[in-house]
Amino acid sequence: MEQLLDITSWILMTLGGVFVFIGGLGALRMPDLYTRMHAAGITDSIAPILIVSGLILQAGLTLASVKLLAILVFLLLTGPTSSNALASAALLAGKRTEQAQPYVPESKE
Amino acid sequence: MTVIFGVFLLTLLLITGIAIVQTQNLFVSVMLSGMFSLLLAANFFLLDAADVALTEAAVGAGISTVLLLSALAITAKHEKAPSSNSNRVVALIVVTVTTLVLIYSTFDNPRFGDPNAAVHQHVGPWYMEKTAEAIDIPNVVTAVLGSFRGYDTLGEVFVVFTAGIGVLFLLGTPLGPFAPGNPYKSTDPKGLRHYLIPRVVGRMLIPFILLFGLYVQFHGEYGPGGGFQAGALIAAAIILYALLEGEDRALKVIPRGVLIGLIAGGALLYGTVGLFGIFLGSNFLDYSVLSSDTVHAQQMGLILIEAGVGITVTGVLLSIFHAFAARGKF
Repeated sequence: MEQLLDITSWILMTLGGVFVFIGGLGALRMPDLYTRMHAAGITDSIAPILIVSGLILQAGLTLASVKLLAILVFLLLTGPTSSNALASAALLAGKRTEQAQPYVPESKE
Repeated sequence: MTVIFGVFLLTLLLITGIAIVQTQNLFVSVMLSGMFSLLLAANFFLLDAADVALTEAAVGAGISTVLLLSALAITAKHEKAPSSNSNRVVALIVVTVTTLVLIYSTFDNPRFGDPNAAVHQHVGPWYMEKTAEAIDIPNVVTAVLGSFRGYDTLGEVFVVFTAGIGVLFLLGTPLGPFAPGNPYKSTDPKGLRHYLIPRVVGRMLIPFILLFGLYVQFHGEYGPGGGFQAGALIAAAIILYALLEGEDRALKVIPRGVLIGLIAGGALLYGTVGLFGIFLGSNFLDYSVLSSDTVHAQQMGLILIEAGVGITVTGVLLSIFHAFAARGKF
């Protein structure tokens, strides 16, 4: 049982690390801002889920797990939000992909 | 393992530093300096300096990035090209000489983690030994900072106080930012009020950031934390509110007059606690006479002065932020 948990946690953490690597690679290699952010978004969403779940399995039923869970919730709330804010700011500032239609910000009060 | 990780972080720190110098785009260099602070905070944490790491993360990576960005909003976005080559030669010579002197001075430093180093032999052991007996709190850092070396911390609070006053003199407008007739009207007083997603998530997070700030403030005797970190966290929560909801609403929460009161009040609280030591027949900043039980009195003094530190830091950081934001765009 102990060993099974250990193996599972290591698999989760390694997968998380692989996703971080893919995210970093994508951020370097993708052609424009939006596709780069799409790649970097992986490091905000799936990677922390996997890595923190792995760490929680390592910590067991302790206070540390609760703290890790709180960190995970915080990361899952803020990461995608900041990605969204960045993309939206880029769109408003007039960054375009080649395929995208021109964006007209709607003015509402 | 820790050493390898530390060296890795220091290498990243070096790369970030070079990138900051290299880039001409000031926005990029502000973002990089945020990264620099975060890496430094991780390094401090590796060296078991959790209190310093918390300060560095909250002030360096959080608040100062926001302050620098709001300063950038009223200046240019790109660095000016260096005027002449002769300046560069002088700069190169100065940097080379300084580097050589610094490298030379490291030869006399004790080895990393050497228990016989001078810092570990001087007053350190005495503090470690006496804290449990005199103050009875687990976090020796807070005991040293607040009680044993209370003078230094008082000085730091007054440095923060003076810095705040200085920035307000340079930037602060006598009128409120939205008062009629104020020439420096902020261009967009509404913040991100129109933009739903950050607003919803941000508003959800603000109470927790405030709660964490209060925890760091009042748990400073038992874990990493204290007034400086808590002040930065609480200021960060309110700055987040200002960014999301707009300057005017944030100023309704804590008006300018209250902020000035916080700046002065915190430092005053610290000084008053010190003076009470004199009035009750002991030395300045000796808390042990505040109550009949000396250990209890020390803890009381620590909580009071930490509250003073937190109040001043919150007031100064928020005032600086509002001073920048009120300038608007020229």
